[in-house]
Amino acid sequence: MPTAISVVIDALPYLLQGSLLTAGIVIAAMFIGLVIGTFMAVGLVYGNKIVRFLLTGYLWIFRGIPVVVLLFLFYFGIFNFLGLQFSAFTAVTIVLGMTTGAYQANIFKGAILSLPRGQFKAASGLGMTDGQAIRCIILPQILRLSIPAWSNEFSIILKDSALAFVIGAPEIMARTQFVASRTYQHLAMYITAGIIYFILTWAGVMALRKLEQHVRIPGYSTNGS
Amino acid sequence: MNNDRHAILKCTNICKSYDDQTILHNVSVELTKGEIKALIGPSGGGKSTLLQCINCLVVPDYGEIVIEGHPIDLNRKQDLYRLRQQVGMIFQDFNLFDHLTALDNITVALRKVRKLDKAGARNRAMLELEQVGIADKASLYPAQLSGGQKQRVAIARALAMDPKILLLDEPTSALDPTLIGEVIAVIKGLADKGMTMIMATHQISLINNIASDILFMKKGRIVEQGPPSMLLGCGNHSRSQGFCDQLNDLSAMEG
Amino acid sequence: MELSPFYQELITSLNRGMIMSVALIVPSAVAGVLIGILAGTVRTFGGRGLRTLGDSYAAVFRGTPLVVQLFVIYFGLPNLGIYFTPYAAAVTGFTLCSGAYQSEYIRGALLSIKNGQYFGARALGFTSFQTIFWIIVPQAIRRAIHGCGNEIIYLIKYSSLAFIVTCIELTGEGKTIATEYFRFTEVFAIIGIYYLVLVSLAMLILRKIEKWLYVPGFGHH
Repeated sequence: MPTAISVVIDALPYLLQGSLLTAGIVIAAMFIGLVIGTFMAVGLVYGNKIVRFLLTGYLWIFRGIPVVVLLFLFYFGIFNFLGLQFSAFTAVTIVLGMTTGAYQANIFKGAILSLPRGQFKAASGLGMTDGQAIRCIILPQILRLSIPAWSNEFSIILKDSALAFVIGAPEIMARTQFVASRTYQHLAMYITAGIIYFILTWAGVMALRKLEQHVRIPGYSTNGS
Repeated sequence: MNNDRHAILKCTNICKSYDDQTILHNVSVELTKGEIKALIGPSGGGKSTLLQCINCLVVPDYGEIVIEGHPIDLNRKQDLYRLRQQVGMIFQDFNLFDHLTALDNITVALRKVRKLDKAGARNRAMLELEQVGIADKASLYPAQLSGGQKQRVAIARALAMDPKILLLDEPTSALDPTLIGEVIAVIKGLADKGMTMIMATHQISLINNIASDILFMKKGRIVEQGPPSMLLGCGNHSRSQGFCDQLNDLSAMEG
Repeated sequence: MELSPFYQELITSLNRGMIMSVALIVPSAVAGVLIGILAGTVRTFGGRGLRTLGDSYAAVFRGTPLVVQLFVIYFGLPNLGIYFTPYAAAVTGFTLCSGAYQSEYIRGALLSIKNGQYFGARALGFTSFQTIFWIIVPQAIRRAIHGCGNEIIYLIKYSSLAFIVTCIELTGEGKTIATEYFRFTEVFAIIGIYYLVLVSLAMLILRKIEKWLYVPGFGHH
């Protein structure tokens, strides 16, 4: 009977292929969230009452409903209903992207509100349009400020990506389950999966910390200068 | 006294309220080319709000703003952007863009608003920094500059836009006493070159030496107006006790 | 209002599921906070060995997905001869995971209390115990309440994973019915509403508690 270790070693290449899919899901979802999040944050801070009401509604829905429920709702329900033939990978990426977009919108909104009012005033005073002020003055600052919170969000999405197996995406969890049920080495396999996720999280957080160092402005703080 | 033909700025009956509080009651101000007016008065009197209404960072509830004979439509965003491109503003808290170097603080406006190309913007920016005497700090970030240096960069940034009028909102109030001198020197230089300015300030040397007219604002109204010679005549007339007291307080503050 | 048989069955099952959800959430939340306080305190004030233990616990349970943890407990431990019932596995998983996050918030709150508070108390003659109970804890609670409250709200959401270890709560019931009638959109939209109600209620309660405890200068911003 094969030992636990040998099973793990044999399965590793198969599992690591799954981690490529996981990485793909996470990176794509984080970027979708970044785009959605910045637009929504700008809308939440600078938009009119209707815009803010609608956006707040979106935030409420996507931060209040569990990811699993959203996955079932969209993959088996809404996408089917609309006739969209999305793969499980696409579906997970979209749902996670919309979810993290809601959280990122909140992060960026907090960052915008923490900037001294004078930054926007100075930009307007120089004759910049609102759009220019937001693009050239506000966003570059808040995106830097938000990196720690974004890094936190990244590790959350990485862990949520493990739920993709419930709709059949062949990422790490699904493959681990496959091997475990065939070899009966459940404990060893699931601990291995845990280790893989742990390493991925660690690597991602380290990379983001490097990014934070790279874009750091000397002496910058939100106390304004 | 005023030649309306040469009035660069004409603000009539500016009113502004927040919730139930009226900050400005029917304030009217005029500036001819080269004129320098000083706004003084107790805090909360509306000086800052008036300045921000002139370039519509705060849009007045009511009133007319005419710049070089062209009236501004307060409801049209394009008019407001155009207005601000012609009027420069210096803030008490500097409001430099914290994520950009001193040089880039100036080039960003030149490139985005004036649509200059990179090289043109850079050259103009360096020129302005030289004029205020801190060309050597061009590549430093605001956090690395002293208060006086920051304000000088702010002035350079505003001047790079070739404004017709400069609004100064307490330009030296946030500075250490030792740093005030360098900023006052720059402002005096601007006055010598004929810059049209209106400034809210406590600095007696600015009021005395370069202002041609002093406006005393209290509770949203201009209650007193006159040339600095009023200062000299203060002991003789008892024309406006409040005005003279205010000037005396300012002298005392200057120390 | 007469509901169709489908909706009648749906509502009955979902309500049954919600009771199970609450039965999962409440014990996990309470136990999670207790473990969080224990681990958080150990990680802040403990000796080197204990601190490493606490930090490792938090690192493992915050660094891996909850799904993996549930799989290890319910499917993996039997390899060692340890068997959990679905309910027990779910509660254990939720408690350990939640506890790790809670320990982080509590640790943050304890660390944020300035040293001067201790010195001031000692100088007045307080014993260690009195210092902790009357001076440190009241401040720490206010600092931690937002994070800990939020974590409980997260718990409400990830209780939806219980079906993975065959403990059928709200989501599990929904899955069964939806598969049977193939009406996923309606079923899960309604389940979504159930969760929104639970989460919104929890947020309201949290806000009330924060208001009740509020002291100027102790904002969580």
